[in-house]
Amino acid sequence: MPRSSYNISGLARLLGSVVLVCTLIACDGASSAKDNRIVVRYWDKWSGSEAKAMQEVVDDFNASQDRIRVEYSSVSQINRKLMLAIGGGNPPDVAGLFGNTLAVYAENNALTPLDKFATENGVTRDDYIGVFWDICNHRGRLWGLPSAPASLALVWNKKLFREAGLDPDRPPKSIAELEKFNDKLARRDENGRLVGAGLLPSEPGWWPAIWGWWFGGDLWDGERITADSPENMAAMEWIASYPQRFGARDLLSFRDGFGNFASPQNAFLTSRVAMVLQGPWIQNFIRDFAPPDFEWGAAPFPSSGPDNEGVTLVETDVLVIPAGAKHPREAFEFIRYVNTQGPMEKLCIAQCKFSPLKEHSPDFLQRHPNPQIGTFLELAKSPHARFVPPLTFWVMYENDMKQAFGKVWTGAASPREALAEVQSRLQAEFERRRARWDRVAAVLQEGWNKQP
Amino acid sequence: MTRREKENLRTGLLFISPWIAGFLLLSVYPLAATLYYSLSDYSVLSPAVFVGLENYRNLATDPIFWRAVYNTFFFAAFALPLGLLVSLTLAILLNFDLPGRGIFRTVFFLPSLMPMVCLAVLWQWMLNGDLGLINHALRPPLDAVNALFGTSLTPPNWLQEPTYAKWGIIFTALWGVGQAVVIYLAGLQDVPRHLYESAEIDGANFWKKTWHITLPMISPVIYFNLIMGLIGSFQVFAVPYVMTEGGDGPERSLLFMATYLYQNAFDYWSMGYACAIGLVLFLVILGLTLLATRLSARHVHYEGN
Repeated sequence: MPRSSYNISGLARLLGSVVLVCTLIACDGASSAKDNRIVVRYWDKWSGSEAKAMQEVVDDFNASQDRIRVEYSSVSQINRKLMLAIGGGNPPDVAGLFGNTLAVYAENNALTPLDKFATENGVTRDDYIGVFWDICNHRGRLWGLPSAPASLALVWNKKLFREAGLDPDRPPKSIAELEKFNDKLARRDENGRLVGAGLLPSEPGWWPAIWGWWFGGDLWDGERITADSPENMAAMEWIASYPQRFGARDLLSFRDGFGNFASPQNAFLTSRVAMVLQGPWIQNFIRDFAPPDFEWGAAPFPSSGPDNEGVTLVETDVLVIPAGAKHPREAFEFIRYVNTQGPMEKLCIAQCKFSPLKEHSPDFLQRHPNPQIGTFLELAKSPHARFVPPLTFWVMYENDMKQAFGKVWTGAASPREALAEVQSRLQAEFERRRARWDRVAAVLQEGWNKQP
Repeated sequence: MTRREKENLRTGLLFISPWIAGFLLLSVYPLAATLYYSLSDYSVLSPAVFVGLENYRNLATDPIFWRAVYNTFFFAAFALPLGLLVSLTLAILLNFDLPGRGIFRTVFFLPSLMPMVCLAVLWQWMLNGDLGLINHALRPPLDAVNALFGTSLTPPNWLQEPTYAKWGIIFTALWGVGQAVVIYLAGLQDVPRHLYESAEIDGANFWKKTWHITLPMISPVIYFNLIMGLIGSFQVFAVPYVMTEGGDGPERSLLFMATYLYQNAFDYWSMGYACAIGLVLFLVILGLTLLATRLSARHVHYEGN
């Protein structure tokens, strides 16, 4: 008997120390109070210089008052980590997400609606370039406020234009003209291998789903998925013309020789492609990786006709308050601070983006490191500025379109086949998600009405 | 049960209680939860809504799921036997009493020490269609063939062409056989010398010795490597996921069951659907393991018996 009781007490001690260690680890998440300020934990996806820019804004905020202290952390793969943190009941008070994920977070009851905070603080759509406010709204509620926004433009290499006998200051206006330019800009070496091209829709290929926009199409109409609309089909036909003209295998092999986008082997900065669809941040890459004599311009991306001139994709990073955040009111105070002119311009200049606010300071464009920032800003204000559909399965939509693009790009499928597959799969998914929403909408809306 | 037996049982149970707790919490509960969530519409953040067999019905008609199943079986059907063959051959060669064999053993084991992500990035460059070392080696012989027969063969863009992409991954997987080689080597060193000596006296050559002594003697080790390889190849995920920057590959030729599970769980917010895929994958591996055990029962010899 004495032996077994010894065993039991030993085991108890062991288990006791395990519990103690676990408690200590769990306590680590709680904030250590250095002063009496309320601590607002803030996660964002940025790293490097973009994180540094935000850290400075956070420092300014902490210095501007003595009630709240924001603690900023860079969090990679923020979508997954935030999802798990909210699920686990220990989310940060503020998080920086991509605007196109608001729908899925909101419909999963993962965010705090901000309408009441916004009304109390007098924040309205009129303060913003309209489209950015619209990105932040979903199902009739406000879920976040913009941080750093962007729009897309055609960015071209003037030197290559000159070498091909084109006017370096005149970018193509229409798709037809773009193709004439492409013919002049394509170069092959003595073995017939492709060594230079004009615009390749696959480089860098970050927005495979939206080419139809420049042909007047859209990805949904609010009631149905329209991946196979005539306009999207026309865009795919245009994509299909590349392998037909340049050879599918030649294009793949040419592309395999490109380095990473964020490297000195970037295909655009090494003059292997003369035009790309890019956002204002391209200036940072040019500064870091391009040769010193690199000359470039930015203009609206060419469209199929005059009706869709000035079409662009706008997107924005957004600041949200996750559901279950401990200090939502203080969190909003910080978000509000970021959305005032001074801090916002400081952040956007450092991240090489324009401000989402309607009014910018008189010397904003002059102070900005990107000489073409005015073009990107005007595009964001264009009536044809669009954002990706607020669908909870947008990632799937984009992925399926990327697959369709890939098949057409290699000539493995016709545009019709590729888009028909996307259409049938996504329409079914659309209906499933709508059924899910119908099942939970009433309960969710009621809960949101009660929130602060 | 006597008092003493009861006491023994209690003490015994107490001693294994950490394991029992771990087993219940970390194995039984997740498995049961997976089963429940696979029967519901669940996205982690909102409460699960029971939907019966809907997820399984959708799986049955989801062409992308079937594509992933096909890819997974294709990969396993080639990577598993090739892996077994290559690792066993290497082990037998490395077991010869040659000078510098320690160095060779180290060299063949080294790749297994490399983290999966580094391995994937490295092979991404090895298999690069334009600059890769593999194609650099393939070009001269292909050029010779072209000169002889007037053909125009060129090496493929491995990871960009659906026909070749899976082979690229299979070759990459072969690079990680070091672990299995070490296990085989341990088994080979356990084979009693006297068996070989008596076989030599009877005039057996190398092949006969391998077939009649080595293989039967290390059959439990082969069986172990077979099962581990089976599980590993059906769970293939990290290397293709990193290589393709998202997991699909050209025409979804590198989309495996584990990748599709991951996409559904964390990209598409369909955790219920992902749980259903997970359970199907579990049943596939379980079934094949049972099948392998049954088929190999006659050929695996344990020394204890």
